[in-house]
Order: sequence, then structure tokens, then C-alpha cells
Amino acid sequence: MCIDCGCGPAEASHHHHDHKHDHDGKTVKIEEDLLAKNNRLAGNNRQLFADKELFVLNLVSSPGSGKTSILERTLSDLKEEICFAVLEGDQQTANDADRIAATGVPALQINTGTGCHLDAHMVGHGVETFDLNATDLLMIENVGNLVCPASFDLGEDFKVAVLSVTEGEDKPLKYPQMFRAAKMMLINKIDLLPHLRFDVEKCKAFARQVNPEITILELSCHSGEGMEAWYTWLRQGVAGKKAAADSKGA
Amino acid sequence: MHELGITRSIVEIAEENARRQGAQRVLSVTIEIGDLAGVIPDSVAFCYEVCCEGTLLAGSELLIRQVKGKGRCRDCGADIDLDTTTFNCSTCGSYALERLQGEELRVIEMEIE
Repeated sequence: MCIDCGCGPAEASHHHHDHKHDHDGKTVKIEEDLLAKNNRLAGNNRQLFADKELFVLNLVSSPGSGKTSILERTLSDLKEEICFAVLEGDQQTANDADRIAATGVPALQINTGTGCHLDAHMVGHGVETFDLNATDLLMIENVGNLVCPASFDLGEDFKVAVLSVTEGEDKPLKYPQMFRAAKMMLINKIDLLPHLRFDVEKCKAFARQVNPEITILELSCHSGEGMEAWYTWLRQGVAGKKAAADSKGA
Repeated sequence: MHELGITRSIVEIAEENARRQGAQRVLSVTIEIGDLAGVIPDSVAFCYEVCCEGTLLAGSELLIRQVKGKGRCRDCGADIDLDTTTFNCSTCGSYALERLQGEELRVIEMEIE
């Protein structure tokens, strides 16, 4: 028997009650979605971002894939051309926001404490600190975690999943929820490929199995290889958001 | 991993509804969790008692209805059973699957007095 919770070996899959014990109470229908509150707030964020013609990306990955390093390089290379703002999500420390702020781009650290993901409420308040009228592209770096952030819409245009070649190429199969939710997968640290046994083609095939529509780019924010294709995609996203707002306003 | 937050939402939603009904306490809460929702029923059940402490739900029972994953193949039109490890159609092999059922995450009803 497990000494922590008392479950026995036969209960590896716990029995869930789906029948009531005898109560004399009154039954009240509720029919409410558990993520309804987050989804409502995410909808508010999405409307705000549309009004401000703001392209918004939600960067997700496991810890250590290079999300912050990709951002640093991207901001340094494009900040004269695109006005960025960055929300950094981590359980603790302001290290990442400090790294971003060093590039001269407005950044805010959100510490989730014990929380494993950012939610729409945190993002809604987080962006209050930025001048959104003077921003083209908001990058939200989520908590390094391939599980929970998949379920929480923040109001972003797209999720971008980062996977580095020092991880397993089967990550998309192990965490399908996340790779299904992502529009784009960045395969990072490709400068290390000569030293590793990571099979890029296999990795891409796995990602397309869980999400046939996913766009995949290979890059290294260290050597700079492949970054230009990522920048082109960002430019298109920013232009697309403004065009959508203009056509609506016309 | 985020089941604690999910369970807190269950308690919040139920308590809010119970107060609106003028209930003294909640006896049971029935929820629905889809097999594709990314939420582990065991973990929710584990968190439930702690989350209920100090609320109208203290001592209440949690009833979980699990909902099977179902989908349709966009290429051959077959209706198929889905779990989190199904990526392609069992009939034609296509990966273009549409999810029809199994992502539910809802509070259905509760019993109050």
C-alpha cells in the first residue's frame, strides 16, 4: 500500500464515483465550463489586442529549450523595425525579464509562485503596464512546461512551441496536447546537431502526426542560422494583424 | 499538474451557485471530465477534499463522469474512438482527425440542503 495516500496496488486506477450516495438534498443544475472564466478573460484580451492591432504570441516549451535566448536575439535584431513588449512567466525570479530589459525592450516579469502556467487574468493585468498603442508585437513567454499552458488560452494569436535538439525528438508524441495547440514549432539549437543523435526529420514527422497543420522552422539563436525565416514569419504576422484591423475599420 | 487550480474552480463555481440558492451546505457535486481534456480525474479527486475545507462544500462528495473521446476522420469520414495516444484514423490511416467529444471539463450539477 502507498504510505502517502493509502491507495493499494489494485487501485492503480482509482474508482470514480458516478453514482450518488443517499442524500436528501435538492439537485441544482449548474452546467458551467471549468475554464469558462479563463476563456472569458482570454476573449477580453483578444478583443483588446485586436483593437490595438497587436500581434501576440504565446511561447511554450519545456524549461531550457532557449525561449528567452530566442527572444533576446530576436529583439536585438528587430527592435529598430518592430515595437515589442514582453511578458515573462516564471515561478520565481525576475532573471528573464532582466535579460529582456537589457535589450531595451519593455518587459514585465510575472511570477506564478506555485502555479504551473500563465492564465488570461495575469496577462490582462500584465499588459496594463505597457503602452499598447506604441506596440506591434507582444511576446508572452510562458512558464517552461509542456503540459498545463496548453489548456489556458491567454488571448494570443498563436502558440509557438520551442523544442531544442538536446531534447528527445519524440517530445511532440509525449506532449501531444501542446503540439496540437501550437501554430508553429521552432526547432532550436541546430548548431549542436553535429554533436548529437537528434533526428530532425523524425521530429518533424512526429509533430505533423499530432498536428498536420503545424509550421516548422529550424534555427539556432546562437549561430543565427535560420533566424531570418522566423523574422519573416513575425513580420507577416504583424502586417496581417494591422491589415485585419484596417479592413475592419474601412 | 494544474489539477489543483481546476479543482479550486470547481469549488468556486459550486459555492457561488450554492450561495445564490441560499443553501446551507453542498452535499455532492457532479462534474464531467473528457478523456482528451488533459486533466487527470484521480488528481482532481485527490485535491477536492482540501479545496473544500472552510467552504459550503466541506465534507461533500465529488462525482466524476468520464467522457470518452470520439472523433471523425476528415479524409474518409469514419467515426472513431480517440484517446490521447490516437493520432491517425483506424480505418484509412489519415492524421486529419476532428475531435467531436472528449474535451469536456464542466460542473454539471450539485445537491444542496
